[in-house]
Amino acid sequence: MKYLDEYRDPQLAKDLIEKLRRRSYSKKQIRLMEICGTHTVAIFRSGLKELLPEQIRLISGPGCPVCVTANEDIDRAIWLSGIPGAIIATFGDLARVPGSSSSLHIERSKGADVRIVYATLDALRIARENPGRQVVFIGIGFETTAPTIAAAVQQAARLGVTNFSVFSAHKLLPPAMRALLDGGEVKIDGFICPGHVSIVIGAGAYVEVAQKYATPCVITGFEPLDILQGVSLLIDQVESGRAVVENQYRRAVTREGNVAARKLIDEVFEPVDSTWRGMGFLPKSGLRFRAEWEKFDAAKRFAMPEIKVLEHPGCKCAEVLRGIISPPECGLFRKACSPGAPKGPCMVSSEGTCGAYYRYHRVV
Amino acid sequence: MDPELVQLDQGSGGQAMHELIDGLFLRAFDNPLLRARNDSAVFEIAGGRLAMTTDSYVVDPLFFPGGNIGSLAVHGTVNDLAMCGAKPLYITAGFILEEGLLLGDLKKIVASMAGAAREAGVQVIAGDTKVVPRGKADKLFINTSGIGIVRDGLDIAGSRARPGDLVLINGTIGDHGMAVMCKREGLEFENEIQSDSAALSGLIDRMLCAFSGIHVLRDPTRGGVATTLNEIAEQSGVGIRLEEEALPVRGDVVGACEVLGLDPLYVANEGKVLAIVPPGGAQAVLSAMLSHPLGKSACIMGEVVSDDPGRVYLRTRIGGSRIVDMLRGEQLPRIC
Repeated sequence: MKYLDEYRDPQLAKDLIEKLRRRSYSKKQIRLMEICGTHTVAIFRSGLKELLPEQIRLISGPGCPVCVTANEDIDRAIWLSGIPGAIIATFGDLARVPGSSSSLHIERSKGADVRIVYATLDALRIARENPGRQVVFIGIGFETTAPTIAAAVQQAARLGVTNFSVFSAHKLLPPAMRALLDGGEVKIDGFICPGHVSIVIGAGAYVEVAQKYATPCVITGFEPLDILQGVSLLIDQVESGRAVVENQYRRAVTREGNVAARKLIDEVFEPVDSTWRGMGFLPKSGLRFRAEWEKFDAAKRFAMPEIKVLEHPGCKCAEVLRGIISPPECGLFRKACSPGAPKGPCMVSSEGTCGAYYRYHRVV
Repeated sequence: MDPELVQLDQGSGGQAMHELIDGLFLRAFDNPLLRARNDSAVFEIAGGRLAMTTDSYVVDPLFFPGGNIGSLAVHGTVNDLAMCGAKPLYITAGFILEEGLLLGDLKKIVASMAGAAREAGVQVIAGDTKVVPRGKADKLFINTSGIGIVRDGLDIAGSRARPGDLVLINGTIGDHGMAVMCKREGLEFENEIQSDSAALSGLIDRMLCAFSGIHVLRDPTRGGVATTLNEIAEQSGVGIRLEEEALPVRGDVVGACEVLGLDPLYVANEGKVLAIVPPGGAQAVLSAMLSHPLGKSACIMGEVVSDDPGRVYLRTRIGGSRIVDMLRGEQLPRIC
């Protein structure tokens, strides 16, 4: 199939792996972080880790939107589902993430009207079909989903839909990359930068990370050959002491990104300080509605009570998200925590590191 | 004129129901046992082992490319019998109709059920009809039960896979689930993806004639090939290794799966059989499959191994390996 088979060619992949194995390394270990959940899954699904030489270690970062959503935001979404007559629209994975004492999935079985949608516009359609009820879309995600929510809100305004609102828990990726490097807990020699997010924000968005932190950045596609090429480019930079932004995923990503999508985000949202699971409170790392769009902000429309957050004791999602530990180092992994009975979001989400490790990683 | 709709009194047990049964079901499924109209169908079977199964069908939408809920309800139950090495003989059919269902749709569905039964060589010998008020069911649900006679000299079971056995399949995977999903989500590709829904009894018969020592036969329906192979690995206490390059998947199914974020290994099939065959018989079984219209794309896609007992793993195209787990959670609701 065009645009897929070319990037899955077994012989080209084997050649690239062979080259990486044969070359000499000046360091004992080079640690490359993929900060996109889709990369994490692609790496596990192709069995890439075991094929790389021992000097190259791939570590997973905070790139799964469901996983980085703070517990307090999950609790708020659960609280919203309890508003009489309200319909909650959300992406599937989020519904199963446990908050302090429940999940949207559990609330649904108790009678809350929680509907799984594939797109924000589906939530708007539900609102138009149910004019007498409040429809709240739980907006999570990175720069990739934010424009779709901005577009839905603008469309709601044009159509005069007044029973639609969004609970925005959006996150921005570059601030998280800077926070990881500032924190210094985990040594990162280079970033495998996300493909989808970069389509929106453009290659230019990583220049600061590369320059100020002297950390190589390569924007990478999602097929095995893309990732192998991205890794090779990063190794070249590390070994030659360079730190620049390179774009392996040129068939989709430009320097400026998607200008129209960025404009949409900018029209509706503004950056705000935001709490991340695992990373804490990061300045200007989230998105909130601009004043003129506040009427669509569920956090403003409904008077939310103060929420006391309880974290699951023993859950190490926070450390997993920062790349400090790998899933088997968590005491709950494969024991109390599994995809059927997840204790933390990294096990729930299809893009979570623990879930990917559980489903795909084979101990050879 | 407004289209005719199913009315509540057509499930009341009274005159309207008798008219529906006589005019539609009896005419479509006509055979002496059904015609007798007794509370049960009474029949004789020559001595031997019997296989019996039941399944309910709730697919949404009712009509999909390559079939509908009626043909599916026959194929699914016939296949469950065939997987035990049984020759399917009789099936029953229970219909739960929602008030307001288009009578024309019901007629089409019943006609294709009758056609599917004829092709599979089974008779519909008992049935039931209920009508529930609008909103209490979604258009139409069907239950079918089936009975068949098991051929002598077979020992087919999920627990019989042994290291060294080969894993065969009669064609491409994921077609049914993606046909239903694309129809439901309104996704269009150059060519419409067709469901593979089919009665496999004839194919299985040919395979068993070629080699009667087949260890396992299973149809990978809900949960797909991945889940079915995991069940076999667990029951037999063996590992199963798949080769990614050997997996038969149509290009448009790969494309649709990419769009929807699905893995064809977990997508349902309704006309596929997984056969686990000792190495000595594998070539004969493969040739038998290839000679049958439902096995034209048959292939060997993996092997039973002694490492990783209870697990299925995949050797990837680039030479790595990964676990192929059972389906967890719900990938595609209501595809059969």
